Amino acid sequence: MNDLARSPNQETFVLNLGPQHPATHGVLRVKLTMDGEYIVDAEPVLGYVHRMHEKMGENRTWVQFMPNTARLDYLGALSYNHGYVKVVEQAMGLEVPERAEYLRVITVELNRIASHLLWFGAFVLDLGGFTPLLYAFDDREHILDLLESVTGSRLTFCYYRFGGLCNDVDDDFLTGTRAFIKRLRKRLPDYHNLVTKNIILINRLKDVGVLSAEMCRKYGATGPVLRGSGVDYDVRKNEPYSVYPELDFEVPVYSEGDSMARYMVRMDEIDQCLRIVEQALDKLPEGPVMAEKVPKILKPAAGDYYGAVEAARGTFGIRIVSDGTNIPYRMKLRSPTFSNLSLYGEASRGLLLPDALALMGSLDLVIPEIDR
Amino acid sequence: MTLTEPWRVLAFLVGIIAFVALNAAYLVWLERKVAGHIQGRIGPKEVGPFGLLQPLADGIKLMSKQLLVPKGVDPLLFKVAPLLVLVPAVMSFVTIPFGENLVARNIDIGLLMIFAFASVNVMGLLLGGWGSNNKYAVISAARAVSQNVAYEIPMLITVVTMIMLTSTMNLNEMVIQQGGGILNWHFFANPLMPFAFLIFFVCALAETNRAPFDLGEAESELIAGFHTEYSGMGFGVFFMGEYANIIIGCSLAVILFLGGWQSPFEFLSDQGLWGVFWFLAKVYFLIFCVMWIRWTYPRTTLWGLLNLSWKILIPISLLILLLTGAMIKVWPLITGAS
Repeated sequence: MNDLARSPNQETFVLNLGPQHPATHGVLRVKLTMDGEYIVDAEPVLGYVHRMHEKMGENRTWVQFMPNTARLDYLGALSYNHGYVKVVEQAMGLEVPERAEYLRVITVELNRIASHLLWFGAFVLDLGGFTPLLYAFDDREHILDLLESVTGSRLTFCYYRFGGLCNDVDDDFLTGTRAFIKRLRKRLPDYHNLVTKNIILINRLKDVGVLSAEMCRKYGATGPVLRGSGVDYDVRKNEPYSVYPELDFEVPVYSEGDSMARYMVRMDEIDQCLRIVEQALDKLPEGPVMAEKVPKILKPAAGDYYGAVEAARGTFGIRIVSDGTNIPYRMKLRSPTFSNLSLYGEASRGLLLPDALALMGSLDLVIPEIDR
Repeated sequence: MTLTEPWRVLAFLVGIIAFVALNAAYLVWLERKVAGHIQGRIGPKEVGPFGLLQPLADGIKLMSKQLLVPKGVDPLLFKVAPLLVLVPAVMSFVTIPFGENLVARNIDIGLLMIFAFASVNVMGLLLGGWGSNNKYAVISAARAVSQNVAYEIPMLITVVTMIMLTSTMNLNEMVIQQGGGILNWHFFANPLMPFAFLIFFVCALAETNRAPFDLGEAESELIAGFHTEYSGMGFGVFFMGEYANIIIGCSLAVILFLGGWQSPFEFLSDQGLWGVFWFLAKVYFLIFCVMWIRWTYPRTTLWGLLNLSWKILIPISLLILLLTGAMIKVWPLITGAS
């Protein structure tokens, strides 16, 4: 359908998409070489919100770095908190109480739903549909209220501590979360009726921006992007951590690799997240939320540690090198969207501008996390 | 009350301009209210009761802004383009019958005149985009032109069908033919007419660059399309032109298919101001539908749009034209009526 003949000798021009452009959601800049409305080459230009988080890690104590992790991906901040505390606990050999682990899973999954909801709204907005954004924000607002009641913040969370949580949840949070699960389960069919089944949306997403599993491997893409290309990889299942092995959930995988597949993966994930939260609420044990005997000053034994978690956008890996002092020697952050974006240049070649922007939307980019 | 010639022209001139300006202002307010309620919000409510003074505040803001003319633009085209969008739309109102006797110029080729002016509108978009010296604006202008050309064809074929059916191009006469209740409207003239109406309405949406066909100003792709570089009233005039075009499109749909100023039931009057009431009620209903569609559907792509026109709308409208022609000529032969 979209294969109007392109003449090879035609003049091309450079279109500067961003750093201030409605579709780049932040300060990403993409240098597009265009032939008419076809993209000949796309080169993402990064660094507009680079804040040297890795270097900052080498200049502050282990505890002081904690709030930084939330500033990477501000939409799914708890996953990044979780990744960091997890690897430091591993280095320190700290045991985390079971209640704390369950609460971590509940809050992380709520945060993942919030992140996916925002992506859903923004993605449909990229495609020109205004209304779903407001619906998604309405639901997301409930999650933020719930998380605010236990963590004290709505976006840049800093809820976990080495060895547990900063405070226990109250009954309001538990009943509120159950009410929210019920509410969102009722709303999801509405989303599917309004958006997923819309013929215009299907035409725009189906068979557009196909990413092969091979390409995803080459660039190290993870998360819904990889699962939309037919690779069944989810850190929660493949390298289980926390209490995920005790919970029953599925990893949605679609093999088409087009924008629609990535869309469906995320929409199904919202469903699975609800399942996880519900089970975790049922199994939530009583007990302390903070390990005993956590030293006041952390000094992990000298060594090299790596840990990964499944963030909303893919694998968030964090490698720390300790020289036995209270300040990290090296802090390496592997953020998922950086890898997911790096395939954009190759994937968008030959696409039309609107399709390329649909592809960009389906990658679910968060720029501060790319730049770090 | 009849006015003598120079005063009559002046009265209609002032009336039409006031009508367009008021509508542009209050359709924006209505659009924001409709969008708000569709999205589970309230919409504007701070300025005046129900936010009714919001358009006034917006107008003052737009007018008090500096008219920026960026470097490198073609100054003449850049300044003329907004007027080229607004003026033809205002001119089209000359032949629109608001009531039985309320039409500025009841000319016999009114329909033709409106389509002639509608074609000038495209020039405004093209020149505005071209003169802006902005790549996004140029892409948008190219899109707007191919879109307008593609959709003018099925629209005109549908209009030709209507002309065959009514054998007149005088808009007021068309309305008079549809008198005597809802069943006499052309919408129900034969089983094909609802489809013809649908095609006309879709084309009107595309012609006015409204969602889901708002490719010209696809804000997630082209920022603001052809009016990216316009500020203040330059943008405001484009905006007024867009709303004036929507009113024209909906008015034509009402006149061609929904009985114009005729009342839907015979026992309800359509004399004098009642005619204006029925006409505006129908027009605003269609405008509400336009807004409803905009806030529900995502945007199509240019290819999807052109495919829809060339592969679906044009063949179907040609078929309707053919079948209508056959019905007019063959049906009397079969039934034996002369």
